[in-house]
Amino acid sequence: MLYREAGQFKASYEADQQIFPILQDRIGVLLLIGFFALAVPLFADQYWLKAILIPVLIFSLAAIGLNILTGYAGQLSLGSAAFMAVGAFGAYNFMLRIDGMPFLVAILLGGLCAALVGVMFGLPSLRIKGFYLAVATLAAQFFIVWALVKIEWFSNYSSSGVITAQQIEILGFAFEGPQSKYLLTLFVVVVMALAAKNMVRSTTGRSWMAVRDMDVAAEVIGIRLMRTKLTAFAVSSFYCGVAGALYAYTYIGTVEPEGFNLDLSFKILFMIIIGGVGSIMGSFLGAAFIVLLPIALDVFVPMLLGDLVSSSFVSNLQLIVFGGLIVFFLIVEPHGLARLWQIGKEKLRLWPFPH
Amino acid sequence: MNLKKTVILGAAVAGLLGSSMAIAAEQFIGLPSYRVGPYAAGGSGIFGGWIDYMQMINERDGGINGVKLAWEECETEYNNARGVECYERLKEKGETGNSVFQPLSTGITYSVLDKVAKDKIPLVTMGYGRTDAADGRVFPYVFPLITTYWSQATTMIKYIAGKEGGTDKLKGKKIALLYHDSAYGKESHAVLEKMAERYGYELTKLAVAHPGNEQQSQWLQIRQLRPDWVILWGWGVMNPTALKSAAKTGFSREKMVGVWWSGAEEDTVPAGSAAKGFTAAGYNVAGADYPVIKDIEKFVYAKGHGNMEDKSRVGSVYYNRGVVHGLITVEAIRKAQEKYGKGKALTGEQVRWGFENLDMDDKRLGELGATGFLPPLKTSCMDHEGSGKVKYQQWDGNKWNVVTDWIDADKELVRGMIEESAAAYAKEKGITPRDCSKEM
Repeated sequence: MLYREAGQFKASYEADQQIFPILQDRIGVLLLIGFFALAVPLFADQYWLKAILIPVLIFSLAAIGLNILTGYAGQLSLGSAAFMAVGAFGAYNFMLRIDGMPFLVAILLGGLCAALVGVMFGLPSLRIKGFYLAVATLAAQFFIVWALVKIEWFSNYSSSGVITAQQIEILGFAFEGPQSKYLLTLFVVVVMALAAKNMVRSTTGRSWMAVRDMDVAAEVIGIRLMRTKLTAFAVSSFYCGVAGALYAYTYIGTVEPEGFNLDLSFKILFMIIIGGVGSIMGSFLGAAFIVLLPIALDVFVPMLLGDLVSSSFVSNLQLIVFGGLIVFFLIVEPHGLARLWQIGKEKLRLWPFPH
Repeated sequence: MNLKKTVILGAAVAGLLGSSMAIAAEQFIGLPSYRVGPYAAGGSGIFGGWIDYMQMINERDGGINGVKLAWEECETEYNNARGVECYERLKEKGETGNSVFQPLSTGITYSVLDKVAKDKIPLVTMGYGRTDAADGRVFPYVFPLITTYWSQATTMIKYIAGKEGGTDKLKGKKIALLYHDSAYGKESHAVLEKMAERYGYELTKLAVAHPGNEQQSQWLQIRQLRPDWVILWGWGVMNPTALKSAAKTGFSREKMVGVWWSGAEEDTVPAGSAAKGFTAAGYNVAGADYPVIKDIEKFVYAKGHGNMEDKSRVGSVYYNRGVVHGLITVEAIRKAQEKYGKGKALTGEQVRWGFENLDMDDKRLGELGATGFLPPLKTSCMDHEGSGKVKYQQWDGNKWNVVTDWIDADKELVRGMIEESAAAYAKEKGITPRDCSKEM
């Protein structure tokens, strides 16, 4: 009853082609954005903004990137963290070497660098598939991190290979406090998430899905495999790259190449598996799950067990519980958290008269 | 039913929170520890020793001038993002907020480097981290106490020169540097190259990819090169692998010198007999025969409060390193209390003053029961390193034995490089260095 689209007639093509064709969705998304853009900065304290919300947003963006490649185009990748690194180091170098470089342009250029590298490492996808492709992208993961350490120009010859993000300034306004950094991150993430949502229903997105479902069939109906797979790699790496640049500039501040290691790639992969493969909203849910759950466990497990057991035991217990919960969610809903929302939506449509 | 459960749980949580808030006059210390993951061996030893020392101070002395020490652990898993979260979470805890942050991870150190100055919390990076932070004018809130990687590199060459019979004998000698291919491993390059120019030894750098359990090609190169010495700049599993590979290659372990992250029981025991004769640097020594360790056993372990699950690790290199962290942190708080009021909980800003004015000479170390346990330490506004001395220990197959006295770093060389690097950082970040003549 609450969620019923009956009576919403579309009289024009524009109305029918909106990103969110259903009124309730539009209101919901606007309310969500409004809540996170207006209410949260007013009421959340520093800790929530700096340590919880900003990373969740950034990892959501990276997860969207991987979801485009893996969830929509069906190409398994283990190099997401490396593409983030390219974005972070790219943006840093553009800011450093070009005077008066606007920040937003720098992160976009960083993303473009990542897209370029992504296309390069996407070339093997034309010949190999599935797990074998995952191994090829694993090469990207190791090669890029190695190259960033090895070639000192990337880190501006810093003795330890670490880069420190410059001050962010847009139109003379310095982004220093957690509120402003959070809003900046939110803005970039919302714009890019909406763009992704739109893209996956466009011709590009549909050809990705066609290739994912069966590439031979896709080829037969006239989809060019090479272009489709490479655009998926480019767009996906672009998203990861921008996420990496935000990670360096609005979150950590000082990053080293080793920070973007295989662990992080796996984490992003887990985010989309838990959140929902092939779903933009799932990327947000997955990122929130993977980032927040370990922190919540670290806060609550010692509180509940207190001094009863040793701290090593508590630390190990957190990992066990975390792993257990992942298994639990995958058994209860193999298609991820986004699928739960989907089911909820179906139920709401029929409620209160399910028959 | 469900509602009732929620209410009861909520009340229990609130009760727990309430009870922990009721205690007064406490100095809070946030511990970003790591007890899981690849570096758990180091983390559990160091944080265990540190907690045991603070526990001992609470039990034996009733705190520092009556101010009890309180702490809370936050698991970082040696992961930068988790470290930042811990930093933010611990920041506001306790009566006066977190008074010191010591992450024991280079990555986390870099991640919070800019934040600490804003939040006024001292960042102590003993034996790791950013070397040029030893210049206190540019980094008022960062303390790479006791010694830095660059200082350590100079003492290694001094140690080798001592074995060869003087620095003039170094000319034409071949030294191979087997290093962990990361920011950490590369810290050594600049100093060792500079010293190579000065003393005329030939330096060959051999990178080992993380984690370092594959070193065959590097040791093949060493076999062809036939160096006189091998410097092992390793971390974690790389160390025992290097020792075992050296034994296979037939390279004498007596001619291998390790850094302080290569010189713990966790590095040598897994290598078995291959580790015998290996020497490594340490800014603290191993052993349980020091009065400070005896006090921990008497006041903490005898009462069943010890933090270590495996009590035999008390007195190991990592454990003792944790005790050093405790010793220096407590001493800094004590020093700060002398200035800002005894018996009061201090803010991070006040504790920072304590770290900057540490004076732990031999006499003071004697009072603390730690003569020879760590080098004498004296910090100032200019010098946040404070000592630069290390001892060398040799593994005899069962335990580490100290084989040298404190070896001093080549201060003149290192200090010049530190100031140069710090000035470059200050310029990049637009920091105006403090004027140390105005500091009290």
